Amino acid sequence: MGDAVVTAVLDEVPVAAAAPAPASRGRLVLARLLAAPGALVGLAVVVLLFLLAFVGPYLTQWHYTDIDYSALREPPSGTHWFGTGGLGQDVYAQTLRGLQKSLIIGLLVALLSTVAAGLVGSCAGYFGGWADRLLMFFVDLMLVFPSFLIIAIISPRLQSGGWIAFVVLLAAFNWMITARVVRSMTISLKEREFVRAARFMGVRPLRIIWRHILPNAASYLIVDATIAVGAAVMSETALSYFGFGVKAPDVSLGTLIANGTDAAPSYPWMFYFAAGLLVLFVLAVNLIGDGLRDALDPTAEAGRRRSTRSERKSRQGKA
Amino acid sequence: MTTVTSPLLAVRDLRVDFAGNRKRARTTAVRGVDLTLARGETLGIVGESGSGKSVTALAVLGLLPGTATVRGSVELDGRELVGLPGNELARIRGRRISMVFQDPLSAFTPVYRIGDQIAEAVQVHQKVDKATGRRRAAELLDLVGIPDPDRALDSFPHEFSGGMRQRAMIAMAVANDPDVLLADEPTTALDVTIQAQVLDVLRTAQRETGAALVLVSHDLGVIAQMADRVAVMYAGRVVETAGVDDLFTAPHHPYTLGLIGAVPRLDRAGGPLVPIPGNPPALNALPPGCPFAARCPLATDECLVAEPALAGPVDHQAACIRAAQLAETRPAPSDIYPVPVFPPPATAAPRATLPPVLTISSLRKTFPVLKGNVFKRKVGEVYAVDGVSLDIRRGETLGLVGESGSGKSTTLFEILALGKPEGGRIELLGQDTATLTRSAAQQLRGQLQIVFQDPMASLDPRMPIGDIIAEPLQALGTDRAVSSARIPALLSQVGLDPAHASRYPHEFSGGQRQRISIARALAVSPELLVLDEPVSALDVSIQAGVLNLLQELKASLGLAYLFVSHDLSVIRHLADRVSVMYLGRTVEQGEISAVFAAPRHPYTRALLSAVPLPDPAAERTRTRLLLPGDPPSPTSRPTGCAFRPRCPIYATLGAEQRTPCETTPPALTEAAPEADHAAACHYPTVELV
Amino acid sequence: MLRYLAKRLAYYLVLLIVSVFLAYALSSAALNPRSYFENKTPRPSAASVDRQLTALGINDHTPVVVRFGHWADGLVHGDLGQSIHNASVNADFGRRLWVSLRLLVIGSLLGTVLGVAAGAWGAVRQYRFSDRALTIFSFVLLSSPVFLIALFLKNGAIAVNQASGHQLINFTGYETPGLAGGLGAHLADWGVHLLLPTLSLALTGIATYSRYQRSTMLDVLGSDYLRTAEAKGLTRRQALLKHGLRTAVIPMSTLFAYNILGIFTGATFTEVIFGWHGMGEWFISSIYENDINAVVAVNLFTAVTILASGFLADTLHAALDPRVRA
Repeated sequence: MGDAVVTAVLDEVPVAAAAPAPASRGRLVLARLLAAPGALVGLAVVVLLFLLAFVGPYLTQWHYTDIDYSALREPPSGTHWFGTGGLGQDVYAQTLRGLQKSLIIGLLVALLSTVAAGLVGSCAGYFGGWADRLLMFFVDLMLVFPSFLIIAIISPRLQSGGWIAFVVLLAAFNWMITARVVRSMTISLKEREFVRAARFMGVRPLRIIWRHILPNAASYLIVDATIAVGAAVMSETALSYFGFGVKAPDVSLGTLIANGTDAAPSYPWMFYFAAGLLVLFVLAVNLIGDGLRDALDPTAEAGRRRSTRSERKSRQGKA
Repeated sequence: MTTVTSPLLAVRDLRVDFAGNRKRARTTAVRGVDLTLARGETLGIVGESGSGKSVTALAVLGLLPGTATVRGSVELDGRELVGLPGNELARIRGRRISMVFQDPLSAFTPVYRIGDQIAEAVQVHQKVDKATGRRRAAELLDLVGIPDPDRALDSFPHEFSGGMRQRAMIAMAVANDPDVLLADEPTTALDVTIQAQVLDVLRTAQRETGAALVLVSHDLGVIAQMADRVAVMYAGRVVETAGVDDLFTAPHHPYTLGLIGAVPRLDRAGGPLVPIPGNPPALNALPPGCPFAARCPLATDECLVAEPALAGPVDHQAACIRAAQLAETRPAPSDIYPVPVFPPPATAAPRATLPPVLTISSLRKTFPVLKGNVFKRKVGEVYAVDGVSLDIRRGETLGLVGESGSGKSTTLFEILALGKPEGGRIELLGQDTATLTRSAAQQLRGQLQIVFQDPMASLDPRMPIGDIIAEPLQALGTDRAVSSARIPALLSQVGLDPAHASRYPHEFSGGQRQRISIARALAVSPELLVLDEPVSALDVSIQAGVLNLLQELKASLGLAYLFVSHDLSVIRHLADRVSVMYLGRTVEQGEISAVFAAPRHPYTRALLSAVPLPDPAAERTRTRLLLPGDPPSPTSRPTGCAFRPRCPIYATLGAEQRTPCETTPPALTEAAPEADHAAACHYPTVELV
Repeated sequence: MLRYLAKRLAYYLVLLIVSVFLAYALSSAALNPRSYFENKTPRPSAASVDRQLTALGINDHTPVVVRFGHWADGLVHGDLGQSIHNASVNADFGRRLWVSLRLLVIGSLLGTVLGVAAGAWGAVRQYRFSDRALTIFSFVLLSSPVFLIALFLKNGAIAVNQASGHQLINFTGYETPGLAGGLGAHLADWGVHLLLPTLSLALTGIATYSRYQRSTMLDVLGSDYLRTAEAKGLTRRQALLKHGLRTAVIPMSTLFAYNILGIFTGATFTEVIFGWHGMGEWFISSIYENDINAVVAVNLFTAVTILASGFLADTLHAALDPRVRA
């Protein structure tokens, strides 16, 4: 056989993957991602928000705990870029501090919950039997646990700086659905021939999970983690809105929005900067997640084209 | 066919392009196809994956997705169909031209009953009430030979077997007495005995309606059996068209010649096949000149300049500048294509003196039957394997044959599990697998490797092939440096470039991927290679190369193969011995030529008779032994002979003679003492017409 | 089948008991109803506080297991106990359930139906302007917290009211207290109060459902059976409606199930913002008020709803998909 030539996977409808120059998977994903304008915009917005959150505070003289008694409820001006709050707090400094906190909380929660979901889901799916039943009981239990109650009751008792514990709590109630999906993906991956092949070759179970199962569930996990970032920020906001989240004097977007809601009609700057950044961030993250799904999941696009099923595919079904 | 009467269907210069999604380039699928179809005739369109044959069929009906652009002309009785508005085209579809699709499971809407879907086809075109539509649907189901049509009406598609679904699909297609029936790979997803039934139904349907049939297939045997005329497609164009006899006896295009040479045949023993070198070209990056030139042994510089048009006498046209030469000299495929030479077989010792590699006796495996996807509960047991016995000696190839549900795969997985079987005994290299310790089993794994059917699914898409090939070595604890040193040698052993070790599976073609699979299996130098349908996902021209590779490896390495396949021609070509399974049992086994020349079990006879030969003359003179119905579900363990309900011999027996079939499961009995040929039948010598 | 159901029920019961006990133990340990009574003016005597707490079964001097046993005994007899205001939790429960139901039925229904329709439509018109517009609308809505949407709606209502000079749209509570007039006037009043919360629920519903329905519909669009339907002579439109949409709603059954039962557990934000005293609002206020019996009742109800939703999802799936039916 001559040079490696990529052949069309779909019979009769040669897809673009049949290009003579083989592209690496990474390049393929990148190319697809770049072709999705939404994801690009999202990515740019997230980068800008991070810059704003971590560089922005150095651009002003005000610290988020500073209080300017000479300026109460002042609209945005040269001194206070986003105006001031009811006690004379600088809204710009506070908003950026809140943004920092929310970004970190979102990222950490997504990371923790995705790792937990990947581990529990893949082990339950791969080992099956009692391990599966036990883990799934745990998942069901976590689902019916009064998560809101637990967070609402525990978090006010945390000292400031206990936001790490708050992150753990949020993550602890945020991994179960993903774990179930990973489990069912694992069950079907387990029957795939390359996993069977590895098993018949004597590869150890944990190694199979690590080398074959998780990499093949990775695209789902990445997309899910992306969307979880947005969801975590929203949960944080909701809990803080009811006073169950981040504690003063620390601030998050949620606490800022909660405190600013009543003032919104008369002093819009106390509310809309925080609310706008929140929406912008979650929107950006969702756009990235959507773009990633299209880019990472090869079926996302191919499946949408009406492809004539190849004879290869149906003959596989015969064995 | 040379009469001047206007054809029923005329396709002229048909071209199909698919728009690239977002910013991707357009791709071409069909590049100027001309076809004509006369009333009542059968036109076979044959070609490999990506040749554009299915797209052509879909384009005729205007069923391509919105991303497709169709140019050229399709005329039905002089009326142009290309560019017709959707609602007018809808009035033609299903009434004048109808279609039978490849995969009958996905082609029926899963949530509606079969009867309603067929009645809908009637009611779309005929002003009849619901009851009449339903009655008509029942008549149609009866026509295609579905037993108890009234009950079948209320079944959902998933409750039908593959064969039944395809029959129902044909019933739906002929509901309005169409003039043209387009069948796109109608039997590709089916077993041979079911394929024979469905082809028969297709003939019946054609006879009853007088429709012309366009049969799209990759299977030269099916084409030879069914078609009056054949069009061979390659790279989006028709490269040769002729009457079926002419085409098979005297092909004018080197591609057709190569295809015929690449097919293993039931009526011929082993030896190398004729592989067509290389792969089909990608259609969006075609070089100028003949698209086949890169693979053609006869290509000259002239071929690289311009693409030849379809030319020649009206009843036999070919798109090749050497067509006249081929027509005159009529070479055999091996005359013009290079054929590999195998080293002589390592041993010629008598079988009895060879050490056994794998011995299985009375293997049994049951599965619980779960009902419902959501409300799962156990309702019974499937006897997936219920009495399989086989043995393989050093350097020997055993072909394991059986249809879907015969328990082939279960048998394989039981062997590969290297554990204690539920019933019976498995001995690998003299060791009983039931008594193996974990470490002994791990050691033994090195002697037993597997190559799966689907080369894409069996290679982890996220790993470079070098790592894939090294995996079995590492699983056995081989040092990383040692294992990576072996990879280049393994790659060149299977005919791949060692420099490609860092590429990913998707960068290879199907045949190359299967070679990677083979290289992985060879990595630990096994004694026995289990090959699970290793070539059934490949195109014929590619398949020939892989089969040749397997033969060569066997000769040079002295490997034993357990070769599982549903394709008897491939088995005939490659195996030394054959074992036939039906419903989890071994029904016949023995030396290959003995079994194929004089099968003793009626099931084997039916199987052999169902395989179409790529030889129209031979096809016409064959008598066919059609088995009725589908294999029964293995949930109930039958008393007596499991084949009884479908057995043509049993059907002819008198009440008294039937008693042993009904009461005693037949044991595997040798045809003659010491003969390597045994069958499990009470009446192995009864003649069948 | 019966055995299977019994097994599943037993499994649910175990989950339920564990979860309820946890909720009880947690709220008993963390909430402090004593402070509620002690902060009353005039400050009651310690003995009187103790007496009241004991009467409610929430005295923190009694071991939690004993309290739980007492409470569980009441539960078995259909009594959820007394709230901290000495009212029957059962009665509160009924009243609030009815409020939530009234608030949510129309909005959820609208959101579901319109969302499914919009999603299917968007899929058919993939990448065209209308699909992109719908996508952007959904993404923006899905990225906005409910209270923000509610705030915008309120501002809009204020603008409308000011422009018209009348209190056309009402956005606090569920009726005008002490309204005179006949049934017609009451219905109109009810409608005026319902408008904003219903709109806010329906909008979020449309955004969510259209995203999911769009993607399931896209999967169906490339299916072989849709092509078969066209091949037998249905027009594209007929095939899409009869064969495509019907199959594409199957994967939505889980979402439907959780949404249907979600009507009963209420929508916390919507209720709090628009001043409806429903289940969701109760959940928050009972925690604020240290009302242990109410907190546990709400949690019990939520757990039951989650389990029932899971069961309903499976049943609905089986009802929609013959392949899943036994």
